[in-house]
Amino acid sequence: MKVLVPVKRVLDYNLKVKVKADQTGVDLTNLKMSMNPFCEIAVEEAIRHKEGQPNVAGSHYKAGTVTEIVAVSIGPDQAQETIRTALAMGADRGILVKVDHEVEPLAVAKILKAVVDAEQPQVVILGKQAIDDDSNQTGQMLAALLGWPQGTFASKVEFAGSKVNVTREVDGGLQTVALDLPAIITTDLRLNEPRYASLPNIMKAKKKPIDVKTPGDFGVNVAPRLKVVKVTEPPKRQGGVKVKTVQELVDKLKNEAGVL
Amino acid sequence: MAVLVIATHDNASLKEATSKVVSAAAKIGGDVDVLVAGENAGAAAAAAAKIAGVRKVLHADGGTLGKQLAEPMEALIAPLAAGYDAILFAADTSGKNIAPRVAAKLDVMQVSGVIDVLGPKTFVRTIYAGNAVLTVESSDPKIVATVQPTAFKAAGEGGSAAVESIAAPGAGKATFVGEEIAKSDRPELAGAKRVVSGGRALGSAEEFQKVIEPLADLLGAAVGASRAAVDAGYAPNDYQVGQTGKVVAPELYVAVGISGAIQHLAGMKDSKVIVAINKDEDAPIFQVADYGLVADYKAAVPELEGELKKVLG
Ligand SMILES: Cc1cc2nc3c(=O)[nH]c(=O)nc-3n(C[C@H](O)[C@H](O)[C@H](O)COP(=O)(O)OP(=O)(O)OC[C@H]3O[C@@H](n4cnc5c(N)ncnc54)[C@H](O)[C@@H]3O)c2cc1C
Ligand SMILES: Nc1ncnc2c1ncn2[C@@H]1O[C@H](COP(=O)(O)O)[C@@H](O)[C@H]1O
Repeated sequence: MKVLVPVKRVLDYNLKVKVKADQTGVDLTNLKMSMNPFCEIAVEEAIRHKEGQPNVAGSHYKAGTVTEIVAVSIGPDQAQETIRTALAMGADRGILVKVDHEVEPLAVAKILKAVVDAEQPQVVILGKQAIDDDSNQTGQMLAALLGWPQGTFASKVEFAGSKVNVTREVDGGLQTVALDLPAIITTDLRLNEPRYASLPNIMKAKKKPIDVKTPGDFGVNVAPRLKVVKVTEPPKRQGGVKVKTVQELVDKLKNEAGVL
Repeated sequence: MAVLVIATHDNASLKEATSKVVSAAAKIGGDVDVLVAGENAGAAAAAAAKIAGVRKVLHADGGTLGKQLAEPMEALIAPLAAGYDAILFAADTSGKNIAPRVAAKLDVMQVSGVIDVLGPKTFVRTIYAGNAVLTVESSDPKIVATVQPTAFKAAGEGGSAAVESIAAPGAGKATFVGEEIAKSDRPELAGAKRVVSGGRALGSAEEFQKVIEPLADLLGAAVGASRAAVDAGYAPNDYQVGQTGKVVAPELYVAVGISGAIQHLAGMKDSKVIVAINKDEDAPIFQVADYGLVADYKAAVPELEGELKKVLG
């Protein structure tokens, strides 16, 4: 089956953002951008269902379940690098939908719906959350637009005939649902550990095709619905004191903070 | 103006998060109704009717709603939207699962993780793991939002809203297979007054249980963990506190052997009092801790338990 994997280019997770002095947004100038970590997990998951895990005893990944992996990114020219990363990991081809400004999840979902209509995948695997906007929306929105079932926050994905069983990380523990295919899956942290692309694979990825499109090609209006009023620094938490002994700690908690 | 709050409950009981989301709804203004969708959830609906300020409780009951799967919940809620200017969910795993489906169905851009309401269409939320605070104004005709319960005070009790039964939808293309939900006598992490969390330093699941759990029990606290501790299997996944786990804001948060990565801080930095025990005096957790103890937890935690026993009696 064919799998579509939307991958977002975001500020590298190791870096801390600075809010712009004029409160219009955050300053990303000259900062390292990377693939959203949850999207890496999505790419890895698709690859494992394609390659199988022959050396892992009891693995539920079967070679050939997935036959083609298409990575899609909606973003500026540089988002091609993010697609190349997916191709170097093992995706087969890419689609860049070129937009120069930040696109809201609803518009991303609409573009992805149009890509799904054109590509007809059986599954779309997205990250559960982009670590820049922290929205946690796109996969669920895409599922609603397509009328497909969804398995969000996945920690295990098992294909079984015309269904896929998804184990989800929920408050209180784990929940497993069976989804009729085609379906939407969003990844949580414990689904897998994404691989690093090897140098030969990075070289090979340069030859894999990337189609470049625009939102207009899909008839999607990407005008934002949410107007940014301002972006500010969070209130700074006052660092407190270092206590020397456990006795001092307990004394302070009781008599100074009053929390015991 | 009318606002619909989607209740958080497990059929038997209503979660406190519901009352907190009702407070957020009250800040939007107008009438506030609560939807309780479940299976044999009469008790939860009755509890919702007692929340102060609620006009009416809509109660949909049926087999398709027992687990509040996103597909039937969308089928139930989207048609109700016609009667409301805003639909609010708690930003827990259930609300995050369902709300965007409803928003997309209504062609509305959702506002995620609201921490303040400045007007009927103006909301505050955080981005970049809490490192920037964003104020947005929606141009959509309706609001669909998830609300960070820790950011709002729970609405009081004393209401006596009418409970109106509405029909449950049919099954969608997803079916519930099973679940592993841990039963515990400890308070639930999300709403707990005290939290004790352990990090990678604990080194094993046995050590985590031996060190963190007794301290939590002594304090009547919920147990949390860093991502590193969860990934390594020292603690279950739903213990994870942080940007991509749970957000907590207890009166007392004790971090044991946690370095204080920004992703972790995003989930606990609004706690009232933070205690950090870490053997590295330069660990970033000390920058947010009210009381930092530079020590090996192996000696410090047993000693802390001894001192606490004296004080707590
Ligand atoms: C996409 C993404 C999402 C993430 N989401 C989250 C999230 O939601 N929550 C989260 O927590 N993390 C999250 N992380 C991970 C985060 O970046 C850190 O890796 C993680 O929080 C580190 O966990 P830790 O502090 O337990 O481990 P470490 O950083 O390894 O810290 C261990 C600490 O223990 C101390 N220590 C060691 N031995 C002892 C001892 N004997 N006594 C006392 N102290 C000792 C050390 O000095 C050190 O400071 C996320 C990361 C990514 C990329
Ligand atoms: N601009 C984008 N391009 C490609 N995929 C995206 C984009 N925005 C969001 N996604 C996908 O949707 C997931 C969740 O993002 P969000 O809803 O913004 O938190 C991401 O992990 C991606 O898989």
